[in-house]
This record gives sequence, C-alpha cells and structure tokens, in this order.
Amino acid sequence: MEKSQRRQRAPIVEAIRVDKISGGTRLVQAIRIVLAVVYAALSLIPVLWIGMTAFKSRPDATAVPPKVFFKPTLEGFVSLLTDRAILLEARRQELLQHLDELPWYQRLMVQQGMEVTGPSQYVGRLKNSMIIAGVSTVAAVVLGLLAAYAFSRFPVPGKGDLLFFILSTRMLPPVVVTIPIFLMYRRLGLHDTHIGLILLYTVFNLSFSVWLMKGFLDEIPREYEEAALVDGYTRLQAFFKVVLPNSLSGLAATTVFCLIFAWNEYAFALMLTTDKARTAPPSITTMLGRGGIEWASIAAGSLGFLIPVVLVTFALRKYLLRGVTFGAIRQ
Amino acid sequence: MATIELRQVEKKFGELHAVKPMDLTVYDGEFVVLLGPSGCGKTTTLRMIAGLETVTGGQILLNGRDVTWEHPSRRDIAFVFQLFALYPHMSVWQNIAFPLQAQGVSRHEVRQRVAEVARLLEIEHLFRQRPRGLSMGDQQRVALARALVRRPAAFLMDEPLGALDADMRERMRGEIKRLHIDQHATTVYVTHDQVEAMAMGDRVVVMSEAVVQQVGTPAEVYYDPANLFVARFIGSPGMNLVPCRYLGGAVEVPGAGRVALSPVWDAALQRALGPACDVILGFRPEAARVAPEGPLFATVYASDMEGGYAMLHLSLGGEGGPVVHVRASRENRYPIGTPLRIDLDPEMVRFFDPRTERAIRREVGR
Repeated sequence: MEKSQRRQRAPIVEAIRVDKISGGTRLVQAIRIVLAVVYAALSLIPVLWIGMTAFKSRPDATAVPPKVFFKPTLEGFVSLLTDRAILLEARRQELLQHLDELPWYQRLMVQQGMEVTGPSQYVGRLKNSMIIAGVSTVAAVVLGLLAAYAFSRFPVPGKGDLLFFILSTRMLPPVVVTIPIFLMYRRLGLHDTHIGLILLYTVFNLSFSVWLMKGFLDEIPREYEEAALVDGYTRLQAFFKVVLPNSLSGLAATTVFCLIFAWNEYAFALMLTTDKARTAPPSITTMLGRGGIEWASIAAGSLGFLIPVVLVTFALRKYLLRGVTFGAIRQ
Repeated sequence: MATIELRQVEKKFGELHAVKPMDLTVYDGEFVVLLGPSGCGKTTTLRMIAGLETVTGGQILLNGRDVTWEHPSRRDIAFVFQLFALYPHMSVWQNIAFPLQAQGVSRHEVRQRVAEVARLLEIEHLFRQRPRGLSMGDQQRVALARALVRRPAAFLMDEPLGALDADMRERMRGEIKRLHIDQHATTVYVTHDQVEAMAMGDRVVVMSEAVVQQVGTPAEVYYDPANLFVARFIGSPGMNLVPCRYLGGAVEVPGAGRVALSPVWDAALQRALGPACDVILGFRPEAARVAPEGPLFATVYASDMEGGYAMLHLSLGGEGGPVVHVRASRENRYPIGTPLRIDLDPEMVRFFDPRTERAIRREVGR
C-alpha cells in the first residue's frame, strides 16, 4: 500500500534527491563543490589577467613586477580598433590647444603623440568572424539536425557505415589537410572568400553535429511523433511541432560547440585567407609585430573576441544545463 | 463510429512473422481486447490498424473503406499509448487541443470541446500544468481526453493501464469501461493481463506466437477454450489439464480412477477419437469439489488461502501424480499428504485431442 502511494507521487526531481543524500555523501558532495570552485577560479585566472591587461596603459602592461592595481584606461581598445599616425610636433601643439573639442578617443591618442586616422582592419575582421562563424554554425546545426533525424528514425540503407564514414572525417588532425585544401581552394577560387571558410567550417562541424543530434533525438521517444501522426499531422508537421520543441536542449548544446569551433579556428583561417575574409584569430597574433608588442591591444582584442561566445553560451544556458545531462529529457 | 475489418492481415519483419495472416471484424460500438503473452503480435496488430506499421499482406477496412495504405493522420482513429506519449512541451490544455488544431476546428469550438471532455474526465483543474508533473492516473486521463476530444471513428489502446499501480489500474479500468459504454465507441484494446481482458472485453481475441488462437466472449474463452494454449493461458490458475484414456463411456485417469461421461461427451469423444484412445481432460478449479464418494483419488500437495476460499493443489493418484488445482471451502483444513476424493461437474469438463491440441466439441450447445 505504502509502495503504491509512493509510486503515484510526482516524478523525482533534483530537490527531492538532495535530501536523500546521507551524511557521508554530503561530505563528498561538499568536497566536490570546493574542488569545482577552485578549478573554476584557476581556469579563470588567465581570463582575468587578459581582462586586466586590456585596460592597462602601455607602461603598466609591461611593468615588472606586474601591477595588480592600476589606473584603467581604454588606450588598448582604441589602438586595437583604430589606425593611427604619429603626430609632428607642430600639429600636436595645434591639437593640444583644441583638446576639449576632440572626441574622447582622439584626446587619448593625442596625449600619446598619435592621431586617429580611421578604423583599423580589426573591425572588419571581427565582422568576418561573426559572419563566417554564424553562418557555418547555423548551416552545420540545421543540416546536422535533419541528417540526424533521418538516421535516428528511418531504416537508412548502410546506416552504420554512413555514420562511421561521417565520424571518420574527425579521425585525423585537420591541420594535416591544410596543404591539399589550400591548393584546392586556390584552384576553385575559394581562397580568401567568406564562402570558402563557411563551407570548410560547416563540413568540419557537420560530423560533430550529426552525431550529437542523433544522440539527442534517439532520446526522444518515437511515441510522441506517432501520437502526432494519429492526431492528424503529417510527418513534417510532427517533426516541427513535436520533435523540434523537444530537441531544443540538444540544439543549444550543438550550436554552442559548433560556434566555439568556428569562432576559435586559427590554422585554416591563417592559411586560406589573406585580407578580405580574414577572421579575428589570425589577426590578433599579427599585432605582435607592429611597432613593439602592444600587450594592451592584444588583450583588448582577445577580450572582445571572447565576449560573443560568452554571450551566446549565457543566452542558451537554460537549455545547455539540460542538454549536457543527456538522458534527463526523458519523461 | 465504425466497423474495423482485417482481412488476411499479416506482418513480417524480415523472415520473422510478427503476425500471421489473420481475420477479425470489430463491430460498431464493440470493445474488443487483443490478449496474449508479450511478443505474440497483439501490439503489432494494433499498430497496423492505426497505420503506424505497414502491413506485409492483407487488407484493413474501416467502415468498408480500404485504409490499408492510408496515412495514419487520415484514418480518423485515436491511439492511446502505453506510456501515454503526452507532449512534454505543451500544457495539458494544449495537449488535448492538439488533435483538433490539426483538423482546423475553429478556436471557439476547440475551447468548447476541450472543456467538454475535461469535464467528463474531471481534469479541468490541470489545464495549465505540464504532463510531467502529473500523477500517472491524471496522465492517463489526459491521454484519454486527447483521444476522446476528436470524436474519432475508433479508439485503439495499447496497454493503457500497464504503467499504473494496482489501485489506479482498478479504478481506470472502471473509468475506461464506463467511457466506452457512455460513448458507445468502437474500441480495440491490447493487454497481456487476462483479468483485464475478461473484465473489459465484449469479445476477446487470444493471440500467441503471431497466430489468433481464439476469438470469443470472455465466457467462451474461459469455459470453452479452443485449444490447450487458451485453456492454460486464461484463468489464474489456468484450466487443469490431465492426460487420461478414453475407454468408452468413461475416461480413466492413470492411478486415480475413472470418470463416467455424460452421453453427449461419450458420443463426442467416440466420434472424434474412436474407441480406446488417449485424451486430455480439462476442468476449471471451480468445476471440481472435494467429495468422499468422488471418482478420483488424490493427495494434498499444497494448499493456499485465497481469501474467500482455499485453493488446493492435489496430486491425482497420490504423491508424484499430475498436480491439479481445486477450489475448496476455506473452513476445512487439509494438511499436506491428506488423501481425499474429488468429484467433477459433468457439465464443466472439457476434452482436448493430445495430437492436435484442439478442443473436442460436443454436438449440443455452442
């Protein structure tokens, strides 16, 4: 009798489980939390350092020993995003007289003996990164979702072989094929084009997205679609109305992983682009050589580069939390 | 409402027969139960009627219309799944309204009809909740509401009570039966629980190993099983089956004694088997009683209390003989090894041909 009552209760959720944990496991749990916090703090130190350096002035950035407390300035960001010219003494004096009328970034540079002449290339490259990573992520996720659905639900001839083949594209380090792809792209006229990198990143991400999405779709019971079919919907309607809303966490996880790959990719971007389609990662490193090492600019570039991925991940975190725990979406 | 007709419908998965060619007609407003052990093909049959599984051969007719290759969405059939398959991303209200939205029913009517079935099933207070948080019984009611709201031609239910615990199963059994009577809806219901089948079905289709063993009313399959499988499968415990020998006018149970036959049975056995032949005697536990002057000798092998009565396990002909179940009054105590005699109700005995495993039919009666 008691057992039957218990089974009738609502499904177990996290909150119920926690109070079932015994004293011993509670200690283990506490240790785990401490370890996780320590690990998170340790891995955040470089990010924190980048963040600090980005707001340092040039002398502060290279000071030995490193300064933990300093007067923050936007110099790094301004020099990252603008092209500048060295001022001649006469012109400098002239500008200094009208300092109050100048925009804030110009004021900052004039004090350094430079004049802002226009936006830097980095702005365009950041834009390239956004276009290429965004489009290739959407393409990889959409194509991956459709392929995964077919693999998950229909008797595709040679399914196992096809899935293995798709996975096998991941079996060698991509850098190994940079030279052949470089030659191919030159021939095909895809060198230094947006479409070239989009195509490449989509293909690289596709294997990943097919496998990941298949895992998520396999977890969604077929009965939901079958119920929709007998409820009067076509297969396509059932997919959009029932399967898709239930695979959101999987889609979010796949999107974030694909985006991070496409956004961070360095080697191919360096090889296959020169100017028009060059993305941010290779251009951050090229700043190393320009008139001494501008650590503040590099840090500002890195920081600005991190932000979009952080924002997307943060926006999708609600789905991600469910997504990374896989089986949890089953009813 | 509708008539469902299966003509030589079969299903093969590769070389394996999931359902061997079967015929079945479910009449308008009838409640038919497909009953059998797991893997007997009952669920596959149901899914073929719904169109969720293609047929390998044969025809399915709905109200005389051939729907064998019709898409499930165009068959006008509602399906209740074992685990309910309520859409987890929708509220209870949305779940129930979902099939109506497919039909393009006006908003006003959707609201009206959802409210109507919800009142019927007493789930109005759950409208805004998600299915995940509901009790199993409430999930079951929502699934039924989603099926009912469309007013479909027929209902198909695949072990809808399988996920519930005993109390709730009992209650929902009553609710489904009552709904069926009120709505007068053609229903095909799959279960492996013979108690459920007997309690709910107007007719029961007993299946085993992809073959229909018997189609009949619960009383027919219980009292007149068509073969040894049905005799064993229906009832708990199943029918007692004792190998014996037909000697003209009587059958002899080795070591236990002779049972005289009624003239009707004598004629039937004579006709079916000829004189002096092996036969299997079958009788239900309640068809036998302990009687000092009974023809069969047995000793008590074990005995269970079953509440209102005792179930005796008896070794016919003494220790080591075939064990049969006999119902006895719970007042008397029967220690293990007690020798006693039993008598059989001559109207309630059945006979089976040991070679074909089929029941031997009498001339009179059904």
